[in-house]
Amino acid sequence: MLEVQNLTVNYRGIHALSNVSFCVEPKQIVGLIGPNGAGKSTLMKAMLGLVPATSGVVKFKKQALQQQLQHCAYVPQRSQIDWDYPTTVWSVVMMARTAHTGWFRSPSRQSQEIVADALQRVGIWNLRHRQIGELSGGQQQRVFLARAIAQQAELFLFDEPLAGIDKKTEEILFQIFAELRSEGKTLLVSSHEWGEALMNYDRLLLLNQQLVASGSPQDVMTLENIRCAYGGGVKPCPLDKNMETVFFC
Amino acid sequence: MLNWLLEPLSYEFIRNAIAIGILTGILCPVVGTYLIVQRMALLGDVIAHAVLPGLAIAFFLGIDILIGAFISGVFSTFVIAWIRSQSRVKADAAMALTFSSFFALGVTLITLLKSKLDLDSLLFGDILGVSTADVARTAIVTIILLILVKLFYKELLFYTFDKLGAQALGFPVNALHYGLMAAITLTIVTSMQTVGVVLVISLLVGPGITAYLLVKELHQVMILGAIMGIVASISGVYASYYLNIPSGPAIVLVTFSLFLGALLFSPSQGILTRPDRANRSTWIGRLLQSIKLGNK
Repeated sequence: MLEVQNLTVNYRGIHALSNVSFCVEPKQIVGLIGPNGAGKSTLMKAMLGLVPATSGVVKFKKQALQQQLQHCAYVPQRSQIDWDYPTTVWSVVMMARTAHTGWFRSPSRQSQEIVADALQRVGIWNLRHRQIGELSGGQQQRVFLARAIAQQAELFLFDEPLAGIDKKTEEILFQIFAELRSEGKTLLVSSHEWGEALMNYDRLLLLNQQLVASGSPQDVMTLENIRCAYGGGVKPCPLDKNMETVFFC
Repeated sequence: MLNWLLEPLSYEFIRNAIAIGILTGILCPVVGTYLIVQRMALLGDVIAHAVLPGLAIAFFLGIDILIGAFISGVFSTFVIAWIRSQSRVKADAAMALTFSSFFALGVTLITLLKSKLDLDSLLFGDILGVSTADVARTAIVTIILLILVKLFYKELLFYTFDKLGAQALGFPVNALHYGLMAAITLTIVTSMQTVGVVLVISLLVGPGITAYLLVKELHQVMILGAIMGIVASISGVYASYYLNIPSGPAIVLVTFSLFLGALLFSPSQGILTRPDRANRSTWIGRLLQSIKLGNK
């Protein structure tokens, strides 16, 4: 189980996160949603120690997360990667095995099989020798998904994986999320998306510097919560029986 | 033609020059590849210019000039980091002022201390003036750094490709960063005799970016870059011998010619030869086609 307690980040005078606390059980896909600048990326980075936290405790399976980082697969935003880097799809996914292989050794046969399996699972096996800059946005996201799978982690943190991808990749992503969930993994996925896709999550965390709401999608996506997170100018437009879709004015 | 190539080889100083040229031609592109992929080519140039005051002071004090150069080069990176952290001055401006100031200080010290250092050789290389001891030292440094690159290859690959991801996995990112900085500074200091501090940046990144336009993987960039580095360095030796010009500029011009060749004619990336996805043709293909049609 992932436990975040009172996580606060004051970074260069900006209050990015304020006393954020939540738990995520295994076998759950939890969506982290909120407006741009809400601190979704900062939350993930602070959990991993990539950004200094002013205060707070982050535990995974009762132990400090930062003592067991190899059990956590972090998939950063695609915009943070240099896609002109001279490397192929296979090499990127193999990077996930670096820690397992250890210093001074070459990847084992088992690692090679794990990488091959991950590539096939996300449907990019035939792209494995392509330089990563030659891929579409959706294919690039799948490369990182394969890398996360190959790491064989227990906890997965996905930073905006659904941004700018095609429908097919979105379907594959959610399919893999569901598979990982049934394998007992813990998944936290951040998104600034709206609409139908939010129903794919078991739980939602609505963030805007603070945790505005947490619970099932129906419970969280109330007008009041959304107004609290996104500001006053929000009007409801009922389109779906299960959930109201809201628009901004 | 063969005589033209073989005649200089009868001299020991030429054989030393070729030896050091080959070693530097391998070392610089391999280590310089890490500058390219991290977009730190400018920093490489800064370090190269910043070694001068350390060199002058070390010579004056009677200690190994390469140690002084190394300390000075590394120190300049701290000065830049300090300027950025303490003020709103950005990296590029901080670098520009720091490297020119260090360089100016070096030139001033060399003049004031009346050092018997040959400024021209330090700045532009004097590959024909290397001794067997210089070759031996360069060989040791090259072998050590190549072994380190091989040993830490996969960790450096991950770190330079995805710093955040590496840090998120608990990689010792600070150690990797400073290790690379030290390796780059050591490479620059070792290559001073071949190509000179002013132009060493060309041998650090030139062969690498040429290879970058031709191959797909990091280790291929290093290997192909090393081959081109050797070609450039040896050309520099022959240019120095026959044309009596400093070796540095000659090496740089050969490096640029190779780069220009790749820029225009790389099968996948070349401006004239890369496949134009819309037309399923290449620029040069269309040109030849239009000439053929014009002749009919």
